Amino acid sequence: MRSAENARTTPPPPPRPDLDALVAEVARGDQEAFTSLYDAVSGPVLGLVRSVVRDPAQSEEVAQEVLVEVWRTAARFRPDKGSTMTWVLTMAHRRAVDRVRSVQASAEREHKAALLDQMPAYDHVTEQVETRLEQQRVRRCLGALTRLQREAVTLAYYRGLTYREVAQLLTMPLGTVKTRLRDGLIRLRDCLGVSA
Amino acid sequence: MTAADLHTATGAYVLHALPPTERAAFERHLAVCGACAQEVRELAATAGRLGLAVAAAPPPEMKQRVLQAIGTVRQEPPKVSAPGRVRTWARSLPRMALAASLAAAAALGGIAVWQHQSAEDAREQARESRQQAADLAAVLAAPDARSATGKLGDGATGTVVVSRARDRAAFVASQLPELPDGKVYQLWFDDGGSMRSAGLLEGPGAGSATLMDGPVGKASGMGVTVEPAGGSRQPTSTPLGLVTLPG
Repeated sequence: MRSAENARTTPPPPPRPDLDALVAEVARGDQEAFTSLYDAVSGPVLGLVRSVVRDPAQSEEVAQEVLVEVWRTAARFRPDKGSTMTWVLTMAHRRAVDRVRSVQASAEREHKAALLDQMPAYDHVTEQVETRLEQQRVRRCLGALTRLQREAVTLAYYRGLTYREVAQLLTMPLGTVKTRLRDGLIRLRDCLGVSA
Repeated sequence: MTAADLHTATGAYVLHALPPTERAAFERHLAVCGACAQEVRELAATAGRLGLAVAAAPPPEMKQRVLQAIGTVRQEPPKVSAPGRVRTWARSLPRMALAASLAAAAALGGIAVWQHQSAEDAREQARESRQQAADLAAVLAAPDARSATGKLGDGATGTVVVSRARDRAAFVASQLPELPDGKVYQLWFDDGGSMRSAGLLEGPGAGSATLMDGPVGKASGMGVTVEPAGGSRQPTSTPLGLVTLPG
């Protein structure tokens, strides 16, 4: 392992297959290109959706919808607005959040203690080295946030709560939560070495 | 909300944590705030990293279901067709069956007999055009005419009409993007893996039918490629799409 793990910032993950080029081919109806794109993004999509939606059957359903949406709207992808992976995962998060908000009134949402179990449901059996490395980096950088930043960001992202729900749960003022979501993500961005 | 309030909403926005009304207000602000847009791009990419960290292994059935589903889902056309994309794509690695069969044909040293519609033939072609128009009408009106449609990428489609009795086929494209100077669309018959030129596509996008050169013969499909002006003896680019000929 290189000494980069000890540095303040961690280099971004190794280059993946050129996903932007694949999306361009998918946009032209190339099903084989879609299969390659599916292989690259379906794991992150399902994992993210599962962390928000929880129910395995519903998660799979939402993940499938997202992946079909990728096929349907590939021509709308704008590389200047961000990477393919960001585009796909933004869509996945949006769909997952819409699903939980439509099926569950917030009163029925999980128990506070369960929600505050802030570490996301990492897939411990993953054999993908790349995913494991990414888990390590993200854990380390989440660990570098203040507790309030970390709780606010993980509740909003991994559990799909609105910032109002986060504020209620953490008994913090709305404005404070909104600010923590922003400065928490900014600190994560710097720690993970994200550029866009 | 003040502008400062709106600006601090970037984090909540990329986490989909804003209620609908605040989301809409923020999006209006985003359209006029370049700094916000940049921050949203960066924070969205950061949130994506949180997503990558929870990647899971999807069950194989999920892949099957998704691949099955896309076969029935119509793709949205791009909002603006970007010039030059056809060429970029044509340079990319061959992915489709046609391209593979072309490589095989080339490896066999040109066993296939290619009908070449050279530039020199153009004048003669003009003389033949009236005859062609008559043939075209005959194909389209043939009692046994059957058609099949396939995607040509970018929202464009191609329809081929075949009359087995007349052993001829006609092709109609819709919404094919205009090509830059020096490039043409060329049609091909797929003779079980060997590609046979079926002439150039005249005036694409107009939605008018073109009589494909030569008999249908044993061709099982047809394809469209982008070629240098005058056409090519054999395809030099990945096809935009393939259409299986109707039975």
